[in-house]
Amino acid sequence: MAGDSLLEVRDLRKSYAVAPRAIHQAEGDPPAATAEFVGVDGVTFSLAPGETLGIVGESGCGKTTLARMLLRLIEPDSGEMRFRGQDWRGARGADLRALRRRIQMVFQDPIASLNARMRVGAIVGEPLAIHEPGLSRADRHARAAQMLEAVGLGSEALDRFPHEFSGGQRQRIGIARALILRPELVVADEPVSALDVSVGAQIIELLDRLRRELSLTLILISHSLPVVAQLATRVSVMQAGRFVESGAADQVLQSPQHPYTQALIAAVPEIPA
Amino acid sequence: MATRLEARGLTVELPTRAGWVRPVNEVSFALGDGETLGIVGESGSGKTMLALALMGLEPPGARLTGEAWLSPRGVNGNGNGNAASPPATGENLLTASRKVMWGLRGGEIAMVFQEPMTALNPVVRIGAQIEEAIRVHEPRLARDEVRRRALEALERAAVPEPAHRARQYPHQLSGGLRQRAMIAMALAAGPRVLIADEPTTALDVTVQKQILELLVSLRRELQLSLLFITHDFGVVAQIADRVAVMYAGRVVEEGPASEVLRHPRHPYTIGLLRAAPRIAREKLVAIPGTVPPLDALPAGCAFGPRCAQHVPECDAAMPELIHAADATESHRARCILVR
Repeated sequence: MAGDSLLEVRDLRKSYAVAPRAIHQAEGDPPAATAEFVGVDGVTFSLAPGETLGIVGESGCGKTTLARMLLRLIEPDSGEMRFRGQDWRGARGADLRALRRRIQMVFQDPIASLNARMRVGAIVGEPLAIHEPGLSRADRHARAAQMLEAVGLGSEALDRFPHEFSGGQRQRIGIARALILRPELVVADEPVSALDVSVGAQIIELLDRLRRELSLTLILISHSLPVVAQLATRVSVMQAGRFVESGAADQVLQSPQHPYTQALIAAVPEIPA
Repeated sequence: MATRLEARGLTVELPTRAGWVRPVNEVSFALGDGETLGIVGESGSGKTMLALALMGLEPPGARLTGEAWLSPRGVNGNGNGNAASPPATGENLLTASRKVMWGLRGGEIAMVFQEPMTALNPVVRIGAQIEEAIRVHEPRLARDEVRRRALEALERAAVPEPAHRARQYPHQLSGGLRQRAMIAMALAAGPRVLIADEPTTALDVTVQKQILELLVSLRRELQLSLLFITHDFGVVAQIADRVAVMYAGRVVEEGPASEVLRHPRHPYTIGLLRAAPRIAREKLVAIPGTVPPLDALPAGCAFGPRCAQHVPECDAAMPELIHAADATESHRARCILVR
């Protein structure tokens, strides 16, 4: 198993110290001691190339903390992460940079995650400027144009600013930036939850198409089981920092075993068929 | 069922540099006693502006036309209600004076917003905010009585330990509890119409379920008429008796919720239902394109450019709301292909 997996995650943990603050105290509350908030509490999984893992959970369950650790945007307290057998958690310097380009992220909010003062061509081409500094400006521009085409935006988008685009188009720009380095693994954190239903469906279709065309491995993080259900081959349900249920998507969605998964599914307001 | 709130040709116009635009365009509906009408639409459809206009909270400079009649208290429910005629001595919310609206807002018609954290005052205790909503309508009420009613309102909204929560500030409450506090505040002065604008969109699904259950039970208990604004057809299926689907400021389809959901007639409604992700993992079909900006609406049907059934006649004129031959009379769609 370890040999052919793309990403191996073992017993990943992250906790935060919570300082007592008077403002959080109501009259009559007992005095609070310094508490430890466990964000991610021992997550283990392994992901084979081409799989799409859906991680679903409600706010505060630790799914975004987990995503950021998988990207090495924040450091875990303990645990192991291996990418194609290489130590990803402990990678430093040139090793870290080389691995970074193979693992990219799509963010939830396409307004906050795009620099409002940069033109779209520069935003999408920036990862190339960092990871392929030898590339000429013209080549970078051409690659950015090609990538924008692939996500369904014309090359006329290159010279415009993010605010000139709708939410769905901005999310396409975010996806183009994430994919321009041809990563092997993409982590998408709530990629459609800021979008309207009809536009969200376009983004789901786009991710599905790009996943096939570029043979991507995808980790899709969402609070929405129906969204995860559209793309995931495997589903993990997260509660209070742990995976409480993991399995093949059909199995988890159709015959959930854990009471929390059952409660989540029961709470989804379903449209009558 | 008597009509409690009836909108006729309600139109909101806003001035822009390019001229007047209409975020709400000739919207008509009737909301009966104790009935729930779901208003469904995506961003920019005009659903929130419609709610704000009814509350008299439209942005400054907005021009309101049409009518929105609120039936007077006490005359409904006597059996002679006729949905086709306006309440005889009601109040037109669009022309009511500021002073009259001051009394109606909270007292007769109240609103719950999507994000309770921004709707609540962060530096005032929950209890004091609810007390304020009561005191506006009954300034002479004794202090103890106001406090008692505020706690009663929190209890009605199923807030556990109401006396303890009343002393807390909004940031000390979870999202679900904040929304319950908002609902308590909205209902504190005993309104008959509650407008809920995406009240569960910011909440986790398990919490959403609890809030929806709360609204359903409050509606029954208080005989509330509920105008429920949402983008989620799943939520509509749970809570609404009837539904109106809005697109680019207009109602494009309306009817009994179960019928609209099972047999949608307008291509936009059909498209929205197909684009909504479901646990059943059916293949999603996205609607191409985006909602047109209000200052650049296409000629004829506003959905035309995104519509798979588009024919040249669609661009000729905005179609009327018509009902299909095999549909209930109250189920109507704004599409020339409806026969």
